[in-house]
Amino acid sequence: MGAIIQYISSYLSSDKTPGAAGNMFWALVYIMLVFGGLSVAVIAMNWLERKILAHMQVRLGPMRVGPHGLLQPIADAIKLLLKEDIMPAEADGFVFWMAPLIVVLAAFTVFVVVPFGPTHAITDMNIGILFMLGVSSLSVLGIVMAGWASNSHYPLIGALRSSAQMVSYEVAMGLAVVSAILMTSLNAEGTGTLSMIGIVKAQLAQHEWFIFKFFPLGLVAFFIFAVAMVAETNRAPFDLAEAESELTAGFHTEYSGFRWSLFFLAEYSAMIAVSSIAVTLWLGGWLRPFPNMLSGTPWDQIFSLFPGVTFLFFAAICFYNTVRMPKHPLFRIQTIGLAGFGVVLGLIGLVLFVPAVSVRVQDIFWFSAKVAGFMYLYIWYRGTFPRYRFDQLMQMGWKVLLPMGLGVLILTASVALLQQKIWHP
Amino acid sequence: MAPVATPFFFYLLSAIMLIGGIAVITRKNPVHSALALIVTLLAQASIYLMLYAPFVAGVQIILYAGGIMVLFLFVIMLVSIDRSMKERQFNSQWVVGMIAATALGGLFIAVYTKGTSIFPDHALAVVEDNNTQEVAKVLYGQYMFAFEIASLLLLVAIIGAVVMAKKKI
Repeated sequence: MGAIIQYISSYLSSDKTPGAAGNMFWALVYIMLVFGGLSVAVIAMNWLERKILAHMQVRLGPMRVGPHGLLQPIADAIKLLLKEDIMPAEADGFVFWMAPLIVVLAAFTVFVVVPFGPTHAITDMNIGILFMLGVSSLSVLGIVMAGWASNSHYPLIGALRSSAQMVSYEVAMGLAVVSAILMTSLNAEGTGTLSMIGIVKAQLAQHEWFIFKFFPLGLVAFFIFAVAMVAETNRAPFDLAEAESELTAGFHTEYSGFRWSLFFLAEYSAMIAVSSIAVTLWLGGWLRPFPNMLSGTPWDQIFSLFPGVTFLFFAAICFYNTVRMPKHPLFRIQTIGLAGFGVVLGLIGLVLFVPAVSVRVQDIFWFSAKVAGFMYLYIWYRGTFPRYRFDQLMQMGWKVLLPMGLGVLILTASVALLQQKIWHP
Repeated sequence: MAPVATPFFFYLLSAIMLIGGIAVITRKNPVHSALALIVTLLAQASIYLMLYAPFVAGVQIILYAGGIMVLFLFVIMLVSIDRSMKERQFNSQWVVGMIAATALGGLFIAVYTKGTSIFPDHALAVVEDNNTQEVAKVLYGQYMFAFEIASLLLLVAIIGAVVMAKKKI
């Protein structure tokens, strides 16, 4: 018993990720936490997307299940689980069964290397960014399999479109990533790194997020990645693989119930995964904003209050809407529920003010806040941009983003070399 | 972190590779063959990982499993499966097949019996932590010329494909 406790507590004094320290117990705990957090994030995204899109289109969105439709995702989940699971008679059973599994596995496995903080990652790999790009590129296999195994025309066309699109945009995406990795090699040793934690540490050491590095080169590379990642995740305005008006639902037309919900889960966790790549490579990962302009202990302390303030702000919104609830007896349970939710959020906020907690949670908060910004952008794109035509999409990928990516790569390399050889020899 | 149960994982991955490889040539449906090939390639990537070559493993997954096999599937999906299911699977070149199998088998037996004198008797010092950086130094330093020649060759192949496929450029 003592040995077990000693094994568990031995990790706490090390400043490594559980994977790098080789501690099985904490690795399992981190996997559970990341899994749980991700599932909650997908549920929250489901509600937020419907709500924000509705408000963009001057509608109310879900309002019936729970106050302001807060319980709608749970109702949806129950509906999907209870729905009859249909497989087309002529479908290829095994491939049809494997496809959603592969998509979900690929979407969740990439989170093994996502750095929520200097020690808050399941593990730190030497090839972190390569691993993320490689495993997330496997999800296209699942999509292709789903489209083919359904043995139906809409899914097949959807899968063909999706695979062509993802293979094309991967090229531009890779070039943008390489130009960011080049920037990590601007140190005394002159060697860069592919490790996700190493990339953020390089930005910390250079006192500059890579989006501002060699202005405007970092910004352009970030822009290329930001466009390519929307195409990679098959989201509007590049959602031709599931264009409702032409292909019903694209590659998952024949899927229903639980299998369909796996595709849904994978789509949203893939969105979070590519956003965390963008945050890690260009937006300084877990580092707080304005590290140079507003530096020093007082500013550090002010920024450490942010997590708590955010939760208190959410709690305040809950209380404001509790007061505004209809005063009819039928709404009594909903009003009490909303007030209770506000109390829970407020308590979490208060706990986050404890210095011992806020020091450990800050990294995770800033990382999640940046990723949340990207998630909002995804919804915003969907609400504002019209869908591209397929030839326009291909033209954009091969004739605009690819040359831009090559140009940025060459220019970044040249400027970095000049800086090392001439300006700071 | 010290390696755990290395022989077990080596035999497991080798078994997966062999089963996948056999499935590639025995499945009648080309899509199933392609999927079996993906399983084989992924198991191969894991064996690279076991050999402390993470960079090669990552590139294997990105290029072969994620890139080339997607294009394979892309083409196979456009082919009529019903017709290819009726076609004969093996052609009758068993004489050539016999010779190739005997040669390969002979090579394996030779390596197995004389292996200790051919290969170095100690394992190489592995660079696990900065493997990728070492690969880069060798590739862009020592073998720069060969690397550039290979990339030029690929560029010629790409341009050639475009020229052949497009009537009017």
